[in-house]
Amino acid sequence: MRDRVAKGPLIPYLLWIAFFVIAPIALIVYYSMLDLNGNFTLENYKRFFSPVYIQMTLTSFFYAVIITFFTLLISYPMAFILTKTKHKYLWLMFIIIPSWINLLLKTYAFIGIFGLYGPINAVVSVFGIESQQILFTDFSFIFVSVYIFIPFMIIPIFNSLDKLNPTLVDAARDLGASPFTTFRRVIWPLTIEGVKSGIQVTFIPALSLFMITRLIAGNQVITLGTAIEQQFLVAQNWGMGSTIAVFLVLIMLVSMLFTGRKAKGGRV
Amino acid sequence: MKSLINLSIAILLLCAGLYFVADQLEASGGKGSKDTITIYNWGDYIDPDLLKQFTEETGIKVIYETFDSNEAMLTKIQQGGTTYDIAIPSEYTIEMMIEEDLLHPIDHSKIPNLQYIDPYYLDLPFDPKNKYSIPYFWGTVGIVFNPNLIPDHITFESWNDLWDPSLKRKVFLVDGAREVMGMGLNSIGESLNAKDEKLLRQVTDKLVTLSPNIKGIIGDEIIPLMINNEAAVALTWSGSAADMMSENEELDYAVPQEGSNLWFDNFVIPKTAKNIDGAHAFINFMLDPEVAAQNAEYVGYSTPNKAALDIMDPEIVNDERFYPPEEIKDRLEVYENLGLEWLGKYNEYFLEFKMSIR
Repeated sequence: MRDRVAKGPLIPYLLWIAFFVIAPIALIVYYSMLDLNGNFTLENYKRFFSPVYIQMTLTSFFYAVIITFFTLLISYPMAFILTKTKHKYLWLMFIIIPSWINLLLKTYAFIGIFGLYGPINAVVSVFGIESQQILFTDFSFIFVSVYIFIPFMIIPIFNSLDKLNPTLVDAARDLGASPFTTFRRVIWPLTIEGVKSGIQVTFIPALSLFMITRLIAGNQVITLGTAIEQQFLVAQNWGMGSTIAVFLVLIMLVSMLFTGRKAKGGRV
Repeated sequence: MKSLINLSIAILLLCAGLYFVADQLEASGGKGSKDTITIYNWGDYIDPDLLKQFTEETGIKVIYETFDSNEAMLTKIQQGGTTYDIAIPSEYTIEMMIEEDLLHPIDHSKIPNLQYIDPYYLDLPFDPKNKYSIPYFWGTVGIVFNPNLIPDHITFESWNDLWDPSLKRKVFLVDGAREVMGMGLNSIGESLNAKDEKLLRQVTDKLVTLSPNIKGIIGDEIIPLMINNEAAVALTWSGSAADMMSENEELDYAVPQEGSNLWFDNFVIPKTAKNIDGAHAFINFMLDPEVAAQNAEYVGYSTPNKAALDIMDPEIVNDERFYPPEEIKDRLEVYENLGLEWLGKYNEYFLEFKMSIR
């Protein structure tokens, strides 16, 4: 009897997982072992370990880490300030609203803003500085990506900061902790879960960004996402495209392990 | 418990629904009846007034859909279920479609206006005797540049001018493996259809030395960016070049001497077409000299219609950049269908080149 009660509610959940998580991943793994003619092969995996793809994986990873780092650097203080304001939910909404606008529209706007004859260079030239090349640089790529991910990072951090019991901070200060110590020993450990969720929702999509790499970085940055798009749409090599996707899934799993929730408690 | 069962059923229904929608999506495109024809064409690649004129003259309604790459079009027609009466692919895709038996033969007796087409564009290797396709437009791959932004000694008579150190970070390339690898092959005097790993290796190594000059490798965004003078030089198709030059008068277009790509977009009738007579009527209508002239002036690409050239603005027709004389055309090459294996290799080398840009 107890078993049935325990397992019954799981059925819809298991069905969902089977159809929308396990089946698609199984299909990707299946396709990754096919060559152009649909025969079984491990050639795609061999090719993935060639210098070109290894280098691409490392650069993707590198850019995703940088993007996540800057997004966190901006989002944490911002979320902290937000929780201290009077109308905090209103302010939060103002920050979230831009994420309702289509990603491509925002990206196209940046092409105009960053252009040689765009508003930024117009301001710069007032100070007698020559027009700067902003578009199609590492800077523009990271800037636009960070801008896009900030709302996704802020929400979980805001929530965990909002739930933080202010009496704990007061207690720390009363017991003589400096503001920095209070932050390091009290606030940070208690909001780490929010930070981890924020990192997950930033880092994983950042690995597979693809339109921005062409529109803002002019294909000077090639991510795994771009390579998958090319393999499917241009080379029509679904096998190789799926193989890259398999590795993308693996990297995501590893990053989930690192940012996953550990048992409560621990060191304080 | 009941709500759990309901939830489970809902998920199963959702799966069935998604499957059904996917099925419908693949099958969509075209109603298939006697008084309509469905056309599948590149975006902004026909004068819309002509579609209205066709309906007025023949009473046949036109349903018009667009695609943005040969590959996307091919995939959709391969899936079956579509009823496009006319599609307009490029030559190497037509070759592939003939091989896969996707095309309906064209009855030349129903297209009397075929007489106006310049024989130069008929009976080409990709479709001998034009059994399956009729020429629509043609063009080249070349270099658009702004002479005011580059030194005088660079004229782009040779592809190797792209490597000039004065062009640091001033060059856009179109994001296409065949265009860029083809340019590289041409620059060392080889065929842009080369199937030789050693040559491709050599070309990739040469392209890597071009990377300091590259500002970006992009798609259609190249048109507005060049109009705004964001870069001085761009490798692109002649039609995009015509678009840019009509907006920015400073720009010029050149096809380097070593040779380049000559491409054709032709009308075809897919096997799945429902209104074969209507499709023939439409092709015949589009080949009418007046119609072809109006269309060519609207679209900006080069028309293969000899009679249309006579009534078009002489300034356009005598522009050797877009209507090169035959001795220049003889240096141009048509893309052959490389097959998926070699297409894959071209893409791998292109990817390696893209990775080298920093």
